[in-house]
Amino acid sequence: MSSSTTATTGGSPGVIAAPAGHGRGDRGPGLMSGPVGRNLGLVVALVILCIVGLITAGDRFADVDNVLTILRGASIVGVVSIGMTFVIIGGGIDLSVGAIAALSSVWATTLATQQLAEDVHWIVMVVTALVVGAVAGLVNGVVIAYGKLAAFIATLAMLTAARGLAEILANRRTQIVRDTAFLDFFSGDVLGIPTLVIIFALVSVAGWVLLNRTTFGRRTFAVGGNAEAARLAGIRVQRHTVKLYVLSGITCGIAAVMIMGRTTTGSSTHGTLWELEAIAAVVIGGTLLIGGRGTIVGTVLGVIIFFTLGNVFTLNDLSSSAQAVARGVIIVAAVLLQQRLATGSFTFRRPGDGASSSGGAVLQGSPAGAVSGGTSDPGGPGGARPGATPT
Amino acid sequence: MAPSGAQAPLLEMHGIVKTFPGVRALAGVDLDVRAGEVHCLLGQNGAGKSTLIKVLAGAHQPDAGRITWRGDEVTLGSPQAAMSLGIATIYQELDLVSGLTVADNIFLGREQSRFGISRPAVANTAAARLLTRLGHPEIRPTAEVGSLSAASQQMVSIARALSQDARLIVMDEPSAVLDNEEVERLFAVVRDLTAHDVAVVYISHRLEEIRQIGDRITVLKDGATVATGLPARETPTREVITLMTGRTIEYVFPERRARVASDQPPLLEVEALGLRGSFADVSFTVRPGEIVGLAGLVGAGRSEILETVFGARRATTGTVRVGGRRLRNGDVGGAVAAGVGLAPEERKSQALLLGDSVYRNISISSLARFARGGFLARGAERAAATEQVRSLDVRPADVDREVRTLSGGNQQKVVLARWLLRECRVLLLDEPTRGVDVGARSEIYALVRDLADRGVAVVVVSSEIPEVLGLADRVLVVADGAVVAEERADALDEHRVLDLVMEGTAHRGAPVSATMQHEGDVA
Repeated sequence: MSSSTTATTGGSPGVIAAPAGHGRGDRGPGLMSGPVGRNLGLVVALVILCIVGLITAGDRFADVDNVLTILRGASIVGVVSIGMTFVIIGGGIDLSVGAIAALSSVWATTLATQQLAEDVHWIVMVVTALVVGAVAGLVNGVVIAYGKLAAFIATLAMLTAARGLAEILANRRTQIVRDTAFLDFFSGDVLGIPTLVIIFALVSVAGWVLLNRTTFGRRTFAVGGNAEAARLAGIRVQRHTVKLYVLSGITCGIAAVMIMGRTTTGSSTHGTLWELEAIAAVVIGGTLLIGGRGTIVGTVLGVIIFFTLGNVFTLNDLSSSAQAVARGVIIVAAVLLQQRLATGSFTFRRPGDGASSSGGAVLQGSPAGAVSGGTSDPGGPGGARPGATPT
Repeated sequence: MAPSGAQAPLLEMHGIVKTFPGVRALAGVDLDVRAGEVHCLLGQNGAGKSTLIKVLAGAHQPDAGRITWRGDEVTLGSPQAAMSLGIATIYQELDLVSGLTVADNIFLGREQSRFGISRPAVANTAAARLLTRLGHPEIRPTAEVGSLSAASQQMVSIARALSQDARLIVMDEPSAVLDNEEVERLFAVVRDLTAHDVAVVYISHRLEEIRQIGDRITVLKDGATVATGLPARETPTREVITLMTGRTIEYVFPERRARVASDQPPLLEVEALGLRGSFADVSFTVRPGEIVGLAGLVGAGRSEILETVFGARRATTGTVRVGGRRLRNGDVGGAVAAGVGLAPEERKSQALLLGDSVYRNISISSLARFARGGFLARGAERAAATEQVRSLDVRPADVDREVRTLSGGNQQKVVLARWLLRECRVLLLDEPTRGVDVGARSEIYALVRDLADRGVAVVVVSSEIPEVLGLADRVLVVADGAVVAEERADALDEHRVLDLVMEGTAHRGAPVSATMQHEGDVA
């Protein structure tokens, strides 16, 4: 197959520029940019945090009970974060997770539900919580996918509406869980590991399998990475989006059951600020907020880092206010670090680019430019904007 | 108004080269613009016009080449640098802040202020003066830009350029959003500008406009200047179109099979398909093993036809049948399930998951095949993708590579591999060699022919008429949202197609884009 016979323009095939670098080398600067590398970075951060804990709090930090306390605390928000990871990789956001969990916990502890649970089995309460979560997620998903509302707005509306509905249902009272079997189960442990932690582990493993080993997971990446391309590849993007929010709602239902077990109550005040903690954990874990990229392992590490930090602060008798400040710093530091890694691995830099102080370079230095470093802007070679200085 | 020939050029660009990863957008462009002239820049989509404009605006830095401004060699290192020299660009998507007032927009970045306190009265007066000079005193400086019509917004952009004392104004398809009357008013403004010795680089797809307003023409193709300094009024339309669409390189097209079995029932049947504001009453059929080409100029509705057949746009009238079964309107998933595949025009934004690996991009439409109960058999998936990569000769043959690092031709192969793996029966190709470097084109052609020989029904859209004629068995000529002719490809030549296109356009009167403005006209 010959390619051309006569060439009359200057565009000879030999000079088409190859992307910078060749082979595996051009995937980015070293190991740190891949998902594994980024998670390795998180492990390092966690280890450093633990060392700080050991130095400042010594045995109190290393104590098995203390470790379990950290994990128990992390497990509830952790479950929510797994659902959040899917939503964010799929290009959305769910601000209503805490409110949905509150609503689920209230609905699962109403007199009627508890009566039914007494007659049948406490599993009725669990099923109720899951169904309530799923339905709330379904509403989110339908409004977003078919009503074309921005996910931020739709779930913000759900945040207030679900909590409001929870207050109405509970009549602003805290509902006590009466079923002792339920409480025994969820406050118990298996071989010394608290049930809550086991649930978090199971949800994480299930989430990992779902994201990495199923068509659902693959489509989630596609929808979040380039919705138009996914649509034209035959993926039913709207339907998939709905499923993502239902999934998030279900994890809220699971979290609702967990918090009922831990606090022995169902209340409209449960889950306050979970949305922020979950989003923070997901982001620390290396999932891009614009979608298309992220890992479950990162999210799990993100949650654990978040709660270990709190624990270290508490052990050192530092105020929760100082804790809050530190968390804020951690979030910014984590995201900044990731952006460096992301831009490093996805944009093409030719030698000499760094030296050019053109307008293009200014663009790239701006936060927006850094976020979109390569994953957004699929339309063109925008990532290559800071071109070489002209002659 | 006509510039004197002896004048020294205001702007000279020589040998401009700009390369992006995987594609050479500009491969040596020459352009010279004189003060007080309207210099028309012509070229197909993807010919490099936008990149050239961005170089001129300082938004892209060329890799090679020389730019001379009023006799001095300059570096347009940033948009600010270009602006301070007096080069202003009016982009197609207007870069105005819609929430601010007209005056605010005109003086954006150079706000009229004293001691940091803004002086709206001064700005408003100055804005009113500029707008009056442009013959548009009816645009109030205090009006919010978002509330203005597209034409008025354009005037605000021009006023902004004037306020910066621009000597050269680049207008990127300014007429695309205007109706005929507004275009006339725009031309009056352009003539006034040139009378004041301002140069205008004018980009448009409408040749008749270029006759009206232009002084000289430069034609770009495949990122290079193919003709420059042509007189805008005297150059025959055919010559201009041939320069734009003609082959600059002889490609080897694969041989057609002796004859497509005409006894076979058609695989794809499109009947009376219409999309309001874009095209109407399009009917055609494609048999298995046949390649049907849609030829026509940009804006004639070719891409829209393909996308509507695929269900990516919801048809206002008509039906699409595949293998006798009717497709649901506006349902891409259904079309894919029925065995239809589309390789869209904008590969990067419409087809590829750029940050994902090659094999994931290939398998994305066939996931169900590799899944049992939703669980992916990743070994089988990778093996199947690897096989496609090998048989299509995607280079480098590494299925784990990020798609974004591949060249245009190899990215196109990945898209084709996706549909091959899907075993699709109907393949719709929109500009299959756009952004594909010269060497890889013949490979794509051979691939498409090979697919047809295996019984796939193929529809090809291309701006390059020789490509359609060389590749297709049968050609539909599309002009102005309607099929004006249908012929066997070997019974047509480029000139005949151009005649048909021009006849078709003439018959239907108004320029395409204007027709599209008034949606009711077509449907």
